Amino acid sequence: MAAKKKTYIDDIERTLYDIKNEDHSIYKSHSGLTEDVVRDISARKHDPKWMLDFRLKSLEVYNSLSMPTWGPDLSELNMDEIVTYVQPDAKMAGNWQDVPEDIKDTFDRLGIPEAEQKSLGGVGAQYDSEVVYHSIQEDMVKQGVIYTDMESALTEHEDIVKEYFMTLVPPKDHKFAALHGAVWSGGSFVYVPEGVHVEMPLQSYFRLNAAGAGQFEHTLIIVEKGASLHFIEGCSAPKHNVTNLHAGCVELFVKEGARLRYSTIENWSRNMMNLNTKRALVEKDGIIEWVSGSFGSHISMLYPCSVLHGENARCEFTGVTFAAKGQNLDTGASVIHAAPHTSANINTRTISKAGGQATYRSAVKVTKNADHAKCSVNCESLMLDNLSRSDTLPTMDIEGDEADIGHEAKIGRISDEAIFYLTSRGIDENEARAMIVRGFVEPIAKELPLEYALEMNNLVNIELEGTIG
Amino acid sequence: MAEKLLEIKDLHAGVEDKEILKGLNLSVNKGEVHVILGPNGSGKSTLMNIIMGHPKYQVTGGTMMFEGEDMSSLKTFERARKGLFLSFQTPEEIPGITVENMIRTSKQAITGEKAKLVPFRKELRATMKELKMNPEYAQRYMNVGFSGGEKKRNEILQLLMLQPKLALLDETDSGLDVDAVQIVSEGVAKFHNAENSCLIITHNTRILEHLKVDKVHVLMNGQIVEEGGPELIEDINSRGFTHIREEQNAAK
Repeated sequence: MAAKKKTYIDDIERTLYDIKNEDHSIYKSHSGLTEDVVRDISARKHDPKWMLDFRLKSLEVYNSLSMPTWGPDLSELNMDEIVTYVQPDAKMAGNWQDVPEDIKDTFDRLGIPEAEQKSLGGVGAQYDSEVVYHSIQEDMVKQGVIYTDMESALTEHEDIVKEYFMTLVPPKDHKFAALHGAVWSGGSFVYVPEGVHVEMPLQSYFRLNAAGAGQFEHTLIIVEKGASLHFIEGCSAPKHNVTNLHAGCVELFVKEGARLRYSTIENWSRNMMNLNTKRALVEKDGIIEWVSGSFGSHISMLYPCSVLHGENARCEFTGVTFAAKGQNLDTGASVIHAAPHTSANINTRTISKAGGQATYRSAVKVTKNADHAKCSVNCESLMLDNLSRSDTLPTMDIEGDEADIGHEAKIGRISDEAIFYLTSRGIDENEARAMIVRGFVEPIAKELPLEYALEMNNLVNIELEGTIG
Repeated sequence: MAEKLLEIKDLHAGVEDKEILKGLNLSVNKGEVHVILGPNGSGKSTLMNIIMGHPKYQVTGGTMMFEGEDMSSLKTFERARKGLFLSFQTPEEIPGITVENMIRTSKQAITGEKAKLVPFRKELRATMKELKMNPEYAQRYMNVGFSGGEKKRNEILQLLMLQPKLALLDETDSGLDVDAVQIVSEGVAKFHNAENSCLIITHNTRILEHLKVDKVHVLMNGQIVEEGGPELIEDINSRGFTHIREEQNAAK
């Protein structure tokens, strides 16, 4: 095990995330947010009329809502300076060779095409505001699986998009949902027909290259009755010295008896505000499994929500958050038990070091008709030094009868005795600390797809470097 | 001429302002088994921790030599790599690190060589079998959810797998039932040979059943106050420490 890990560490360096390409975009919207900007984006994207109306309505909602008054301080974000739409100089390609050289290099370095060959059933890659590459294995197409970018979906499967788009996360939900509704661009669309099991995961990778820009991709996934899917989402960006904004939206519809696993490894650069909204609607006997790794960004607010809408619907949430210097990562999960006999299992680990602030925030709600709901929350935090902060803020609102709700929270530091124990076995102090941290996130790492588990391990190692003394 | 393995001279050490070891002398030769007896609070566990280099304690005077080399500037992991091993009185629980991963990482750190998985696993299994440990424990997290007896057996497992030159056993037999003491005792006996040494703190002579004890030291109030052969164990078992304490007071 140790040997395998070592070779991997040699292979990857953080610097690869930081390589920024020259900005070759062919079009950028004016910075700031006005009706003209929204109309312009809509026209460039050849939206149908209803989508333009939707955007304008969202803009109205955006202007009527105030900034959130809880959570991390977002005052650094100046929407007048954010460029909401950056069109790369590339057409959507179905063939990797057709992707422009510099963009291709970026994704090559991140291992995307390689992963596609090895273990994925389909891949999408978004660069700034537009998807530049999408592919899916042919046998899946034959089974009726649709995996494409949102723009193509809007043209080719307009009825489905219209039926679902922002119904689960309506623009009035919060200010950044409204912003998303107004300026969304890119993202992936997946439709898995009834009874179809997608054997290999599909993966979308989002890369934000342009400085001072926003990325507002929309991911819409529908898994029909008795079908199953594993979807993987990766995100990264190079370092810039101005604020970038990510306000994506993910809507997942898990139908009766269906199963969806949604894995994310987010590694945004430290100038990113990550204000993402993710929600799943789970019908009778359906299962949503979230696996979420938050490592990057300057500020994150991310609380994937599962609405357990049908009897026996289930949610498994597994998350890890690592906040280092200059990071304020406010993450967690939310579950709404809206039907009888629904169950949820939330298991998270947060780590903070070098002044980083990590907050676990969760909300569990059991509605009146949801009797016999079962929910277990386990969140553990580890602070690596005295400069760092960890908070745990769970809320519960139980109206249903016979609910079985459990919450367990632990906040701690690496104990000197544990370090002494490991060093007394010949392991040096740095490695001992790294082992303890890796051990701490192990229950989460084993839920991740292999490549991502290795990547997380690697990130944990990098994050620990130089912090120990 | 017996070869000196550990030699401690006039050792003064403690924590913060409190001196716990007050001029301690102790010498262990290669191939020997030494036993340290002493009342509670006399500094036995502190001595073990200080030999292993616990950063909590400060050495304020005296010398500690291992194989003729001054250990004072060596950190804990360096001492372990030189061949020291401490079996803890209350072993730590380390979530997320399996027994197999821990021992393999340690072995590689100490030998400086890669431990190939297949032969390593075979050796680990065989050793666990000798200690009557369930082989599934290899994949469990270090000491997490282990009973007191299982934790101690896990310490002896590490002792046998890592093959140190000097084993410091801090009450390895405490809190164990008769059968468990027997297993641990056999494990220590299996480890011991002419090339290595044991320094044992115990309140229970059963752990010594399978060993030939060379020397017994009585530690009181931070000093070795009496030394002798194995007969000293019998003596203290029947008479306790009181008479030694009285002799000490009389000498003053």
